[in-house]
Amino acid sequence: MEEFFQQLTNGLAVGGIYALIALGYTMVYGVLKLINFAHGDLFTYGAYLGLTLLTSLALTDRLGFAMGVLVLALMVMGLVAVLGAILERAAYRPLRQSPRLSAVVSALGASIFLQNTLMLIYGPRFQVYPDNILPAATLNIFGLYLPLMRVLIVLVSVLMMVGLYLFIQKTKIGTAIRAAAIDQDAARLMGIDVNRVIMLVFLVGPALGGAAGLMVGLYYGQINFTMGWIYGMKAFTAAILGGIGNIPGAMVGGLLLGVIEALGAAYISIAWKDAIAFCVLILILIVRPTGLLGERVADKV
Amino acid sequence: MKAAEPTVEREQRSLLTLGEVTKSFGGLTAVDKVSFAVEAGSVVGLIGPNGAGKTTVFNLITGHYQPNHGDIRFAGQRLNGLPTHRIIMLGIARTFQNIRLFQQLSALENALAGCHYRMRGGILAGMFGFLPYQRRAEQEAVERSVGELEFVGLNQKVATVAKNLSYGDQRRLEIARALTTQPRLLILDEPAGGMNEQETEALIGLIEQIRARGITILLIEHDMRLVMRACEKLVVLEHGGKIAEGSPEQVRNDPRVIEAYLGTEDEV
Amino acid sequence: MKPRVDVLGAGLFAAAMAVAPLFLNAYQVDVLNSIGLYALLALGLNLILGEAGLFNMGHAAFYAMGAYTAAILNTRYQIPVLWTLPLSGAVAGAFALAVARPVVHLRGDYLLIVTIGVGEIVRIALVNDVFGITGGANGIFGIGRPRLFGLVIRRPEQFFYLIWGFVALTIFLFLRLKRSRFGRALNFLREDEVAAEGSGIDTAYYKLVVFGLGAAWAGMAGTLFAAKMTIISPESFSFWESVVLFMIVILGGAGSIPGVLLAAFLVVGLPELFREFAGARMLVFGLVMMVMMVVRPQGLWPARGRQKWLAVSGKALGP
Repeated sequence: MEEFFQQLTNGLAVGGIYALIALGYTMVYGVLKLINFAHGDLFTYGAYLGLTLLTSLALTDRLGFAMGVLVLALMVMGLVAVLGAILERAAYRPLRQSPRLSAVVSALGASIFLQNTLMLIYGPRFQVYPDNILPAATLNIFGLYLPLMRVLIVLVSVLMMVGLYLFIQKTKIGTAIRAAAIDQDAARLMGIDVNRVIMLVFLVGPALGGAAGLMVGLYYGQINFTMGWIYGMKAFTAAILGGIGNIPGAMVGGLLLGVIEALGAAYISIAWKDAIAFCVLILILIVRPTGLLGERVADKV
Repeated sequence: MKAAEPTVEREQRSLLTLGEVTKSFGGLTAVDKVSFAVEAGSVVGLIGPNGAGKTTVFNLITGHYQPNHGDIRFAGQRLNGLPTHRIIMLGIARTFQNIRLFQQLSALENALAGCHYRMRGGILAGMFGFLPYQRRAEQEAVERSVGELEFVGLNQKVATVAKNLSYGDQRRLEIARALTTQPRLLILDEPAGGMNEQETEALIGLIEQIRARGITILLIEHDMRLVMRACEKLVVLEHGGKIAEGSPEQVRNDPRVIEAYLGTEDEV
Repeated sequence: MKPRVDVLGAGLFAAAMAVAPLFLNAYQVDVLNSIGLYALLALGLNLILGEAGLFNMGHAAFYAMGAYTAAILNTRYQIPVLWTLPLSGAVAGAFALAVARPVVHLRGDYLLIVTIGVGEIVRIALVNDVFGITGGANGIFGIGRPRLFGLVIRRPEQFFYLIWGFVALTIFLFLRLKRSRFGRALNFLREDEVAAEGSGIDTAYYKLVVFGLGAAWAGMAGTLFAAKMTIISPESFSFWESVVLFMIVILGGAGSIPGVLLAAFLVVGLPELFREFAGARMLVFGLVMMVMMVVRPQGLWPARGRQKWLAVSGKALGP
């Protein structure tokens, strides 16, 4: 039972990370009907920027752990958000009127470009987060000893998701985003600056993805320039699972996928861990392409 | 006059019959218990205000949507549940409201699409086939397609890529492509949409010629002059339900139709 | 006359290729062999992606199926490796049919994601030594040299003629296929699926069959690969192989056989010329993909279409 709860909480932490990345996919898809293949790589940039800033600025030494990580997170999110906006300008905006395939290819190109830029800067090997600045504390919750980072990840990711949800539902800008997602032309007629909405989506999504990257660095300690691809695929699976274009769906899908994967790895086979997510992806597209709560994806007349 | 005929006889002569067909999307009922028949050899118009469910009826007939209730029969055969290409093979062809041509392909290639299902030969025949019957079939298909392109008046545009054709020519090409399937029933969804006066005039002539070939026509059209001149029977839809059916004169004088539709149509 | 220029160009290219091994060293011939294999794979993918417009980014999975079928049959049952060619094609094709059947109706980019997923599942299965026959991460080694007409093929120039002979045969067959009823149906599908179905074409059938055919070709290319390498392992069939193939088709010009050949030369050959910048290879590819989509989305050597050929036969039949 202890083992089960350990796996369950681990799954929730990983799932929280998937969900944060999935939000970026889902928001972009909602507004542009485009799968932003480079989103996973923005997540990787979060992890690498986090590492570089952490070590070069020694934030935790100066400000203490909590304050240091908070400042670090804000910096990473800001920088990755800017990267996201640049990506939109460079790779997607010129193709707004082009056929779907062009945008897909450009997105893949951007992904390959971003990934290999990191590789040229940092080298192909795994990079390691320094372990001496992170508290190895565990929390005792109902007799269950959980690593502090795991609990923090779940809490922070849920907080961010709720924050985003409220932002989208309650604010005027959020309403504009929702309107643009339903019908861009109508939104434009209502005086909404759709370009700004798209830019905003490419700021917010990558910011969350960057935060997820930082969390992965802090949680696992090891990062690699290709990791965005597999995390991206899984986060995308999570977005599909919940129903693409649907923000609560991305949260539910992410957490669910994290748990499925953790339990599958523990009780079925660790070697097949990555295949589990892909099987979920294919099954959901066959059985219920709308996801648990979302839009239809098979072609309509 | 037709309405006075006994029902049985009408059933026998009708090529297409819809019996209480209903289609709803989510909570919205787009087509509500619509029944009508299209007699063989006639030209029938399906009219009604925007959003009345006309195109949905077409999509139900050609199998793009499946009805929730009711029967659609063509020449005695039930169409419910059949995939679109099977319905086309039975002898129904259609055009689309928002022109759907193979944009990058030539007019001739577009027309050849309609010949496809009557021809044979798959991968192996394509790769290795040197047989005379295949060459003959190809030749015949090209001849038929060129013939239909000439029939609709596109003689000069055989090799033109579809996207470079004018709007009216694109509509005509769609008709040619539908005709190459050798249909018994041709379904036209706003054939005069976007056409100027002369083009519409030519279209009325074309519809007459198609009918003279023994092909039954069912059409949706907003241009009332065309509808009144080309159709011998009209079916009027409003909010997904049928509100009137009869000859153009009957429909024109029907108070419900005037109220629902014609009253707002300044062309009449 | 354009067609005569085409024939002349193709003839010159074929002649140059036929004598190329006489003037090149073993390493250079080996590069040409790699290009040939990629060309073969990309020609198969071109049917699916270029002609029919179905986004397949899991082509490496079918390649792997063929290579492993050949390797297993050869090492376990001592079947001569070239004899396995039809069976490798059949296995890869059948696998593709089974996989594509439930998903082939999905909208473009979803199909892309699913095929990526299929490719990864296959690779993971190979790494995990599925059914105990794939040799896990180490793969399978000791695959026998192919024999053709009593001659054992082992030197690069011998492989050159085997591989490029198969490429030539493929081009011949696919050109014919392109002009046939089958090829036309694929183009109708790509241009407008709804209109194709509405013209009486069984679109679901064609989608499935073209997947099977393209995959079968990848399977046969896999056999040649296994024969050439004598060792195969899962890392040869990674996601990036599928990306490179996808790129070859798109950069060359979807639906264009000369375009695909040209792109195979550029994508596989150029990095060999600039080996000192090997690290930046993928970076450049990524950049090229982005720039191409803006400045030349139709590809380097786009398909010219058949309107000329059809115009001729159309006029001949006119009044």
